[in-house]
Amino acid sequence: MTELTLVQAINRGLGEAMRADPDVLVLGEDVGINGGVFRATEGLFKEFGGDRVIDTPLSETGIVGAAIGMALYGLKPIAEIQFLDFIYPAFDQIVSELAKFRFRSGGQYPCHVVIRSPYGGGIKGGLYHSQSSEAYFAHTAGLKVVIPSTPADAKGLLTTAIHDPDPVLFLEPKRIYRAVTGEVPEGENRVPFGEARVARAGDDLTIFAYGAMMPPSLTAAETLAAEGKSVEVIDLRTLVPLDERAVVASVEKTGRAVIVHEAPRFCGFGAELAAILAEKAFFSLKSPVQRVTGYDTPFPYALENLYLPNAERIVHAARASLSAG
Amino acid sequence: MTEAPAVVPLDYTAESLEGLLGPEWSPTLVNAFRWMTLARVLDGRMLALQRQGRIGFYGPATGQEAVSVGAALSIGPDDWVFPGLREQLVALARGHSLTTYLHHLFANDLDPARGRQMPCHPTAREVRYVSMSSVIGTQVTHAVGLAYAMKLRRDPSVALAFFGDGATSANDFHAGANLAAVWQAPVVFCCTNNQWAISVPVEHQTRSATLAAKSVAYGMPGERVDGTDLVAVVARLRAAIAVARSGAGPSLLEFVVYRMTPHSSSDDPTRYQSPEFLLEARAHDPYLRTEALLRTLGLADDAQTTAWREESDAAVRAAIETAEAAPPPSPDSMRSDVLAPAPPPAPS
Repeated sequence: MTELTLVQAINRGLGEAMRADPDVLVLGEDVGINGGVFRATEGLFKEFGGDRVIDTPLSETGIVGAAIGMALYGLKPIAEIQFLDFIYPAFDQIVSELAKFRFRSGGQYPCHVVIRSPYGGGIKGGLYHSQSSEAYFAHTAGLKVVIPSTPADAKGLLTTAIHDPDPVLFLEPKRIYRAVTGEVPEGENRVPFGEARVARAGDDLTIFAYGAMMPPSLTAAETLAAEGKSVEVIDLRTLVPLDERAVVASVEKTGRAVIVHEAPRFCGFGAELAAILAEKAFFSLKSPVQRVTGYDTPFPYALENLYLPNAERIVHAARASLSAG
Repeated sequence: MTEAPAVVPLDYTAESLEGLLGPEWSPTLVNAFRWMTLARVLDGRMLALQRQGRIGFYGPATGQEAVSVGAALSIGPDDWVFPGLREQLVALARGHSLTTYLHHLFANDLDPARGRQMPCHPTAREVRYVSMSSVIGTQVTHAVGLAYAMKLRRDPSVALAFFGDGATSANDFHAGANLAAVWQAPVVFCCTNNQWAISVPVEHQTRSATLAAKSVAYGMPGERVDGTDLVAVVARLRAAIAVARSGAGPSLLEFVVYRMTPHSSSDDPTRYQSPEFLLEARAHDPYLRTEALLRTLGLADDAQTTAWREESDAAVRAAIETAEAAPPPSPDSMRSDVLAPAPPPAPS
């Protein structure tokens, strides 16, 4: 075990995968000699050279389209999109091409591609360095969507993503790239997709969160514990595939649910969770499902702390849930 | 309808053909013409079947056959093809089964892609014919990525990326052309300029004097080629492919052709196309131009061309019969191939 930050864990995961498999390569903007703007690819260019750590021209559609072509040939490209806010030029490539190649070719052309991208607010990045648009992608069949919240999961889920024969969008909570440290197992250690993590067990209420919303969710659970409430916190880890069984089972136990994400509320991923609970855990619910989310506005620069869910808002929602029904 | 104009002849002699196409020039031309005959027969039958409601859609390639067959005969078995809507003849002439293609057109359960795509979107991995979407131009960057992967692996194969005139306005064309040149990737961009993007003429698509001229800004060679001249197509493609294979990078070939049919079975070109265009198109019909050349060279006569047509008629008829008898996709096929089948659990 080594104590690492989340971004260091990603860097380790990339390096180990590249050492283990010569077909794995990295491409993106500034990923080479600069090591990525967040240093996620630090040292890789020096170790593996420019043929495996490829600085591309500034074109997201080109990065993803070329990664698809490399995968069609049999390589295992890991494309970095510098900020999730910049992924939209590649949206067509991801949604129309990457996610549909296997299906439309009858399995003749699978696409072994990982797209890594830092997402989310809290770094004073304004409208275009803060977005949390995971729901657009979770809506697309053929694409897996993964969001770690701890260094161990970051490396373990990334390793699984790199071995996955299907396209994976790997979203990295950049707000906690360095704010979170943790023990990370040495060597290849895969964290399976579709298995939520019970970050804290409890009986009275469940908080569902992922990525950078995990730390405030755990703080909220701590606050509520001081009030005598036993709160379960579940880290979804993979939105697609979703561990639906864990979601339903937890609410069958606690009867109350608070869903937290920093993306806007309307049609956010929380809406899907709420719908699943309404369909499959309705008779276990003791009070209405609460959502604590970003607002239905563009992401604001100066007011980002007002926009982003925090422990206080989560506690407020939890109290409302606990006092109802 | 105005009387059909005389076909503009292809002005080649046996000597010039040997110089351009090598000693095998005569079987090459005959082989190409037989495939063009098949494509012509196929387009006629399929448009009719669509009108009869027996297939759902069809995108004919009439007028563009010289480019497709020229490409198929210019590449090796290890080279890759990234098609657009009208390149199925490349797959067929490389050995993709006509019956399998018909299963695709009928969208039945024996279609390798289980009827998931509209007709004219086949996948044929066995001849390295890559799956395409209906989005214009997206395949360009795929071809570049694959070509660069080959360069990294020191694989001497090349990739051909097909797209139309309309695609040169799309961002993927720009992204792909730029990447290919920066990476010196072994790819040949084959722009089949049929002068129409559905109803929009090419002069509304660009102010460039030619589409080939766009290559200059990317730093690669570009050339405009008469795409209805089979000999020119093969000669120029072979040259560009040799350059790419030698490691000297990508190039852009603009094949000027005439779209002699509606854009697709869903289109009515009388709304936007002048009769003069069709007259000019018919004067440049690649099938008739090739046939006239073969006759001039003594490689074909009436009996021979009739025999080739009958051979294609019979092949298409038999494939239709087989495909029409196949069952529709099973309902559970909708759920397969969305993702890889789940692997068996790891031993504990």
